[in-house]
Amino acid sequence: MENPIWVGSISPKTRSDVGVRFWHEKTGGIKINIKSKVNALFGNQIKTLAKEILDFFEIDHASLEIVDFGAVNFVLAARIEAAIKKVINTKKEFLLPLLPENKQPTERDAFRISRLYLPGNSPKLMLNAGIHHPNGLILDLEDAVAPDKKDEARYLVRNALRSLHFYGAERMVRINQGERGLQDLDFIIPHFVNLVLIPKCETAGQVKSVDDKIAVLKKKYNIKNDIWLMPIIESAKGVINAYEIATSTKNIVAMAIGLEDYTADIGTQRTNIGNESFFARSMVVNASRAAGIQPIDSVFSDVSDMKALAENIKVSKGMGFDGMGCIHPRQIKVIHENFAPDSLEIEKAIKIFHAFEEANEKGLGVVSLGSKMIDPPVVKRALNTIELAKKLGLLP
Amino acid sequence: MKKYDKLVKNAVGRMVPAIINGEKHVPFMGVGKYKPTGNKYGPPIASCSDYPDDGNKVIDSLREALIKAGIKDGMTLSTHHHFRNGDLIANQVFDIAADMGVKNLRWFPSASFPCHEHIIPYLEDGTINRIEGSMNGALGKFCSLGKMDGLGVLRSHGGRYQAVQDGEVKIDIAIIAAPTADPFGNANGVNGPAACGLLGFALADSQYADKVIVVTDNLVPFPAIPWQIHGNYVDYVVKVDKVGIPEKIISGTTQITKSPDRLLIAELTAQFCEQTGLIYDGFSYQAGAGGTALSIGNYFGDILRKNNWKARFIRAGSNKYPVEMLEEGLVEYILDGQTFDLEGVRSMRENPNHVWTSPFTSYNYHGKGNFASMVDVVVLGATEVDINFNANVVTHSDGYLLHGIGGWQNTLFGKTTILPVPLFRDRIPVIRDEVTTICAPGEMIDVIVTERGIAINPLRQDLIAKAKETNLPIKTIEQLKQEAEEICGVPDKPKLSDEIVAVIKWVDGTVIDSVYRVIED
Repeated sequence: MENPIWVGSISPKTRSDVGVRFWHEKTGGIKINIKSKVNALFGNQIKTLAKEILDFFEIDHASLEIVDFGAVNFVLAARIEAAIKKVINTKKEFLLPLLPENKQPTERDAFRISRLYLPGNSPKLMLNAGIHHPNGLILDLEDAVAPDKKDEARYLVRNALRSLHFYGAERMVRINQGERGLQDLDFIIPHFVNLVLIPKCETAGQVKSVDDKIAVLKKKYNIKNDIWLMPIIESAKGVINAYEIATSTKNIVAMAIGLEDYTADIGTQRTNIGNESFFARSMVVNASRAAGIQPIDSVFSDVSDMKALAENIKVSKGMGFDGMGCIHPRQIKVIHENFAPDSLEIEKAIKIFHAFEEANEKGLGVVSLGSKMIDPPVVKRALNTIELAKKLGLLP
Repeated sequence: MKKYDKLVKNAVGRMVPAIINGEKHVPFMGVGKYKPTGNKYGPPIASCSDYPDDGNKVIDSLREALIKAGIKDGMTLSTHHHFRNGDLIANQVFDIAADMGVKNLRWFPSASFPCHEHIIPYLEDGTINRIEGSMNGALGKFCSLGKMDGLGVLRSHGGRYQAVQDGEVKIDIAIIAAPTADPFGNANGVNGPAACGLLGFALADSQYADKVIVVTDNLVPFPAIPWQIHGNYVDYVVKVDKVGIPEKIISGTTQITKSPDRLLIAELTAQFCEQTGLIYDGFSYQAGAGGTALSIGNYFGDILRKNNWKARFIRAGSNKYPVEMLEEGLVEYILDGQTFDLEGVRSMRENPNHVWTSPFTSYNYHGKGNFASMVDVVVLGATEVDINFNANVVTHSDGYLLHGIGGWQNTLFGKTTILPVPLFRDRIPVIRDEVTTICAPGEMIDVIVTERGIAINPLRQDLIAKAKETNLPIKTIEQLKQEAEEICGVPDKPKLSDEIVAVIKWVDGTVIDSVYRVIED
């Protein structure tokens, strides 16, 4: 019989991952061959888990080869299941217990200043991502996963949603485009994902098909939590349709722009100054504001240049964006610091807040500061600024 | 001769032999409890009449020098590790010994490196009976699997000086590889093609060995200045083509870590030191060579600069980062035990405030004090820590010897010892119920900093009180252990036999723990 290809990774640089191969046999019982970097301390436990999974799928005759580099249980289980399912067609899913904290819903207007992309097939980067405290962690099934790894990544992302510690970050997944993206939903919706990012959105219909499928799955699995959507605009057509996309369903809480693809689409290259994308960014900001959702800026790809990142954020904040994606944990702090309200903004927000309280106490319908009337959106923005300042430790 | 005999339980509850390689040793009695009596060891008195008046002690070859030094079965041969993985001389010494048919030698290096895998056949054929010094890589595995004839003995740098000074280890022939020497035997490490900075680890060897051979590839006319090793201790000088491989001398991690997780640990460590007041104008700290430690040094630099403060001294293993701080004026002195890169070597050569030290001035516990206890903040690594803050630096959790002790035990005497460690490595939690090997009793470790929180030893109520006023993520060590186990699972116990293959010495020469034979799968 021809050897199956490896699920997972067995390159010499592999850490926190495992390579698995599975042969379904007709006779001979179960043979499990384990080579592990942590064999002395976890070898027996890996074997027990492997047996449990084979048992679960009612497999009586098989060979399983495991080359382990210190993968934790949810990674081992995802890889073994994916290897089995390359050969055996079954609807059963081997699910590890759900961490109670991973059932938490998030608010529509939760802060989404920073959201960290994690390649959906790289367990090594997942384990410690949450300790850097981004507002959101994105398990990416799309561009960060090689085409031949997209199937196995689904099991890993599903297991991560159940077992990974997110340390308070919003649990996000970026699905693939089109039909594959709709299939991705089967692996994430039953497992309490908070927010789904939809890549390369060009029409409202794209978002609606995702939203509809989510509604079906929520009903099927009796999921009561809200599941939010964040469409990503990455083309000229998407920019032109931005408002239509932003208002396509009530579950959209934010809209992001992806500039790498956008600049290619309009036939130019991305620059640090960003003149080429000014119109698109401004469209996303205006469409989002008009729709009452959060406009989110593109990632900044030079992970070694924190100064340029800070400059980039200042422009972004100035244009009206509420947050930015990041691709390296060290960017998170810079993004928080630079999106944070400055002392003048905080001072003004506090004044507005006091005026608002005073008006409430006096039973006045209108809030005014000095001789100026303050409109409700401004009050709301001030309250937001104060809450953000508190969250970032700028106010007690 | 039995490898070991008479097992007793010592003051940290570990079973250790009181007879090791046929000689009596004292089990660990507690920190500062063992008081030595008697006099230091004295090597034989020499007379100038036996040495050439012209000061020329040059011998044609290392082989001839070893023969003149009287090499024979059962002797103790010592080398130093300033050339790190670029050492060329230790291997040659044992090539010659094996060729001459000498047996049963004790190799007493200040540390061994992967390049010394070369001597494994000599351990197998009985040329070498045992290594007393650090063992890692292939040598660590060899010892861990119980293949060494004698029992391994691991000592700290200070403990090595103490053992030689006290006569616990009598060196018959010291072979001192030197980047520069003169025919009289004066030697230094700052000059020459294989410059390694200093020769401090060979100081005890030069002072106390019966015979001393200096080997160099850069023989200069008398005087070789500075004379870090005094020719007055030296019997023979040998000129070779190459004494070490310079690019391999520069080892250890020489760059600040780029790992976001390690940077977070470093940042938390620096914040802890700043917010609990451990850093002040005129403070001192131990700078390590790992990527995390270098990064902590960088953050310390930022704190000093921001406050317009100066550190009085850095205790180093130096490389370009402490050197930059010295040159920027953020620190007044570097007291250096070993240099890790060419910038360290250059600075030591040029800057009188970059001082070469030895285990005698910095670490020897059987002296009238040493400066390790004057250092304010000591930042060290560890392979494991247990819930009583006992720490391990020599064995991996699977039982294999992995690292030497180095200066680790000695620097613990600083005022506050901090271990910045990841909560787990490759699924293996760092915080355990019990460490595999105790290299330090918990009372010596003050703070554990991990990426998921900071644990303070309950003995340091002062630090606990100060940390309460901060928003640092303070947790108990049990909480940290539990957090790791939630992620990794609870590891099984490694398969170890009850046969001892090596012992760990405390800084005063007492035996603090035993290392057991690993059972291979």
